[in-house]
Amino acid sequence: MSSQVYPKDKEILPGLQIEKVDDRIMTLNVGPQHPGSGHMRIIIKVDGDYIVHTDPDPGYVHRGEEKMAEYRNYITNIPHLERPVIHDSCNILYPYCLGVEELLGLEVPERAKYLRVIAAELNRCVYIEYWLAIYGIFLGHSTMFMWPVGDRELLIDLLDKMTGARVTHAYFVPGGVRNDVPPNFEDVCLRQVNYFEKRLKEYADVFYDNPILISRTKDTGILSREDAIKLGTTGSVLRASGVDFDIRKKEPYDVYEEMDFQTNVLKEGDSYARSKIPWLDMFESCRIIRDALKKMPKSGSVRVKLKPKPKGGDTEVYRRVESGRGSLGMHIVSRGMPQPYRLKISVPSFRNLIAMPHLLTGEKLGNMPAVYWSLNYWPVEADR
Amino acid sequence: MSSTDSTEIAKTDESSLASDLDKSLSDSISKKFSNVEIAYVKPDRIRVNVKKEDIIDVASFIRDELNFDHAESVSGVDYPEDKQIEVVYHLGSYTDTSLDKKILALATRTPREDNPRPGNDSTKLPSLRDVFPSVSFHERECFEMLGVYFDGHPDNRRLLLPEDWADMPPLRKDFRIKGR
Repeated sequence: MSSQVYPKDKEILPGLQIEKVDDRIMTLNVGPQHPGSGHMRIIIKVDGDYIVHTDPDPGYVHRGEEKMAEYRNYITNIPHLERPVIHDSCNILYPYCLGVEELLGLEVPERAKYLRVIAAELNRCVYIEYWLAIYGIFLGHSTMFMWPVGDRELLIDLLDKMTGARVTHAYFVPGGVRNDVPPNFEDVCLRQVNYFEKRLKEYADVFYDNPILISRTKDTGILSREDAIKLGTTGSVLRASGVDFDIRKKEPYDVYEEMDFQTNVLKEGDSYARSKIPWLDMFESCRIIRDALKKMPKSGSVRVKLKPKPKGGDTEVYRRVESGRGSLGMHIVSRGMPQPYRLKISVPSFRNLIAMPHLLTGEKLGNMPAVYWSLNYWPVEADR
Repeated sequence: MSSTDSTEIAKTDESSLASDLDKSLSDSISKKFSNVEIAYVKPDRIRVNVKKEDIIDVASFIRDELNFDHAESVSGVDYPEDKQIEVVYHLGSYTDTSLDKKILALATRTPREDNPRPGNDSTKLPSLRDVFPSVSFHERECFEMLGVYFDGHPDNRRLLLPEDWADMPPLRKDFRIKGR
C-alpha cells in the first residue's frame, strides 16, 4: 500500500490538502447530507451574499458500474446498468442495447421498436415529473411537488402494466424488449396519456406563469449559446440556450424518424428557460406515444432469441440516445468475449456538471437552488 | 456465436456504407498529418489513432478546420498486455449541421507501469482542455480511474473516488473485484 500513496508535498493524507483561511471569504459545504444538493457536495465560497467560487464534489453515490460491467456478460449487465437513474431506466439501457445489437448484428422486430419508443417516452415523462417535483419543492412551491408526483403515478401505472415493475423495469434487452404488452394496453395507454396531457396544461397556471417563480428564475444563471457549445452541455441545458440539438431528430434511432414531433428550443439560457424545456418536452412525448400507438403493428414478435452468452467481435461501438436529461452515450469495446472489455457510459448529468461552477459563480447564494436544479442534474447518474 | 469470419464481413460492409462526407473527413486528416492512422471509417463513426506528441495539433485541426466543437465522452481503456493505456476522445459538433450524426473518435496511447504512481510515473498525456474545454471533468475522471496524468490540466484532482483512496486506479485491469 505504501508505494501507492500519492507522495505530494502539500498533502498530509492522500487526496487531502491544507488550505489557507481567509477572513472575508467563507467556505460553505452544501451537501452531501443536505437534501438541497442531492447526494453530492458543492463547496461554495461566499463573499457576503455572493458566490465567488464553486467546486462541485460528486462521487458520494459512485457504484463502479463501468467496472462491474467488465465482469458480467452482455445479458446479465442489463439489471445493474439501469441503477444510476432508476426513473429513466429505459433510456439508460437504450444506447447499451443499440450498441450490443450493432456488435452482435441483431435485427430488432418492428413491433419491439415501437414498444421501445413508447416505453422510452413514458420513462422520460416519469423522470421529468420527478425532477419537476424536486425543483418545485426547493423553490418552496409545495403544490408543484404534489402535482407531478401524483400525475407521475398514471405513467408508472402504465409502465407497470407494460413491464411488470414500477421503476427499474429492465425492459430493454439486446434484440428487442423482454415481453409483449397485455391485450388491452393500447386503450388504457391512450386514455391515461390524454388525461396526463390535460393535467400538464394546468402546470402553466400554478407554476410556469406564477410571478414568484418567474422572479426567482428569470435572468438567473444565464448560459450563453457560445458557452453552452464550448462546455459541451447537452439536453435541456443546451436547448434552453438556443442550440437545436436533439438526438431523436439529429440521429434517429429505432422508429423516431417516423414519429411526428418537434424539438423545443428557447433562446434565453436562464433558469426559467431551462426549467421550461423539460415541461414542453413532455407534451412532445405525449404526441410521440399517441403516434407510436397508431403506427405500431398490432401483432408480431418482440424479441430475437439469443444464444446463451453471445460474443461480440474484435471491434468497438459508440451509440447515443436522447434521455430525459440529454444525450446519453455508451462506448463498448469488445474483444471477442462474452463480457464487454470496456464499457464507458457518457451520461448527460456528468457532461452538464461542468456548467455548474460556470453558472453559480457570481450568483447570489439564495439563487443557488434555482440555478442548480434547473441544470436537470441527477447526481446518482453523474457518479455511475 | 459467429466468430471472426462474420465480423470481418460486417467490417467491409460498414466501410462501403460510409458516406462521402465520412471519407472526405478522414482524408483531410490523413492528408494534413502523415503519421496518423485512420483506424476505421464506418457510417457516421470515424476513428483516428494518433501519437501522443501530435494529439494537440490534430485536435486543433479537427476543431478549426473540421468544425467539431465539443467532446461527448473520454474513455480510458487499459491494455496490460501491450503495456499501454488508451484514451479515446469522442468528438461531436453542435454548430455544423452536416456533422450532426458524426462522432469522431480521437485515440492516443500512453505507456503503462505495473506499479502505478499516478502523477509521478510515465503514464502521462497532454491535456486537450485548451482545445476542447468540455473534456475538463472527463480528464479528471480518467486520471483517477486509470492513473493517466494530463499535462497542462490545471485541476488534476480526485473527482468520484473517496479522498482517502490509496489503492491503484480502479479501472485498470489488474484491479480485481473481490470474489470475481
